[in-house]
Amino acid sequence: MEAKSKDLWVFIETKEDGSAKNVGIELLNPGRELANKQGGKLVAVVVGYNTKAAVEEAGKHGADQIIVVDGEEYKVFSTDAYKLAMLHVIEKYAPTTILIGATPEGRDFAPRLSCNLKTGLTADCTGLDIDDETGNMIWTRPTFGGNLMACIMCPDNRPQMGTVRPGVFKKPAETENKAEVITEDFHVTPDQIRTEVLKVMKESAADFVDLEGADIIVSGGRGVGGADGFKILKDLADALGGVVGASRAAVDEGWIAHSHQVGQTGKTVGPKLYIACGISGAIQHAAGITGSDVIVAINKDADAPIFDIADYGVVGNLFDIVPVFTEEVKKLKG
Amino acid sequence: MNILVCVKQVPDTTEIKIDPKTNTLIRDGVPSIVNPFDGYALEAAARIKDKNPDTKIVVMSMGPSQAEAALRDCLAIAADKAYLVSDRAFGGSDTLATSYILSSAVKKIEELEGKFDAVFCGKQAIDGDTAQVGPELAEHLGYPQVTYGLEVSLEDDSLHVLREAEDGTEIIGVKLPCVVTFTKPSFDPRFPTIKRKMAARRAKIEQLSAADLTTIDLTRAGLKGSPTKVKKSFVPPRKEAGVVIKEATPEDSAHKLFQTLNDAHVI
Repeated sequence: MEAKSKDLWVFIETKEDGSAKNVGIELLNPGRELANKQGGKLVAVVVGYNTKAAVEEAGKHGADQIIVVDGEEYKVFSTDAYKLAMLHVIEKYAPTTILIGATPEGRDFAPRLSCNLKTGLTADCTGLDIDDETGNMIWTRPTFGGNLMACIMCPDNRPQMGTVRPGVFKKPAETENKAEVITEDFHVTPDQIRTEVLKVMKESAADFVDLEGADIIVSGGRGVGGADGFKILKDLADALGGVVGASRAAVDEGWIAHSHQVGQTGKTVGPKLYIACGISGAIQHAAGITGSDVIVAINKDADAPIFDIADYGVVGNLFDIVPVFTEEVKKLKG
Repeated sequence: MNILVCVKQVPDTTEIKIDPKTNTLIRDGVPSIVNPFDGYALEAAARIKDKNPDTKIVVMSMGPSQAEAALRDCLAIAADKAYLVSDRAFGGSDTLATSYILSSAVKKIEELEGKFDAVFCGKQAIDGDTAQVGPELAEHLGYPQVTYGLEVSLEDDSLHVLREAEDGTEIIGVKLPCVVTFTKPSFDPRFPTIKRKMAARRAKIEQLSAADLTTIDLTRAGLKGSPTKVKKSFVPPRKEAGVVIKEATPEDSAHKLFQTLNDAHVI
């Protein structure tokens, strides 16, 4: 399709309570600069139910305009309803670029949308830029399990679309809310939604962890040796005011819930401090933590690849080192 | 029930190493395997067949002739019939072009094998990691979809899919025909029996070229039919070596680490 404007859209995914998920707000940050370069508005598109909180949040984080599709049928995510709602607004306003968070939902419905529009979609991006020469987006993404980065362009089709990993960009600073709000009265009928959520099994509150929003993460891998080993990591995380993460190896062993997993097949994180304990640092794990400001590695194997990406590496047994370190932290904070 | 499972032959990316001198991928000697997520899709189909023995499982792959090996692996494990979709005109396809070719192949295979009740795919291939071909295939076919499936059961004219969600799991009901993409379940997929392995070695792999796909519009296939273009690729830059702490005793190392981080205002 032909773009009708130079606008850049950010899809704001909502939670069931109508507030915004972090990733949409994060994307307003690179979105601002890209929209300026593109010469268009930064538009937040909110889909959900009772979305007042999400609209407010998008407004005070820098959106110029907010397009809202609000209805009870969008309270619980469904591929069909979200695709149809987005298709409606895209066909009406025809923006140049669309950013969508690479959450399970974003990666579920974005390909259906781009396929319907016969345009290009770049998956799971970690870098966004605009080519000075052509004005096209340059989408950078990891491929081959994080071994290789690819730069993708979509030169001839519009809108150009990409999904972007949560945790890669920081939320923009709050500003005065000057956003113009446009409400689109678009609804889908029950028979247009061809899936039904029959049962939801949430992880227990004890297992819930906000890795993407955390400032400090203490993470454990195979070297932690078992579920008990994670207790000393939890003590350190508590002392630092952080949360506990894990490598895929530890999750696969069943020592800790999947929600704690960091890396290529888990979450991408960007804390101020990441402490990797007993993690060898396979490329798949490394791919998920490179956004950290400071990486500390504690591992008894001096040759472990984690030391290649760590700012501070301690060679030694984590069971000897971590408790002593935790005591020091407690003294400092206490 | 008639199930189509889509599989891709991929390099085992866990075996890929970087040449430290040239900073490029070393692909020589890296084994080719069935994309593990596609293996989970095949296992899901096999489990439906365990309970409903009149189920037929057809596997389809797009790729060069070497991809026959992946299809034989699937025949050995659980598939009844295998199709290889292969043509030079398909080379360089991005996800949109790939899914379009696959949807044209589905129509052709349905003429030969009957209508499919469900199409199963891996959630993503471990080389490209896009997770887009499954949903795009569903869009071309006009079918509903469930992504990130772990387990699936047949209930009358629907599938119940246990799906991985962000903060737990959920069960989604979806009417047939549909597309389901699969991620790693809690169990290991089955191994082939010797007998099936022998039969798979002799089995005929049906070939479909561009000319066989009667409905296809070739301007939508291959490099030319792909809206996205890879501009360049590079190996991520390596970080400079950090500070190494290794004191005489672990306790000393712990104290030193604390001092260092405190001095650097990290904590």
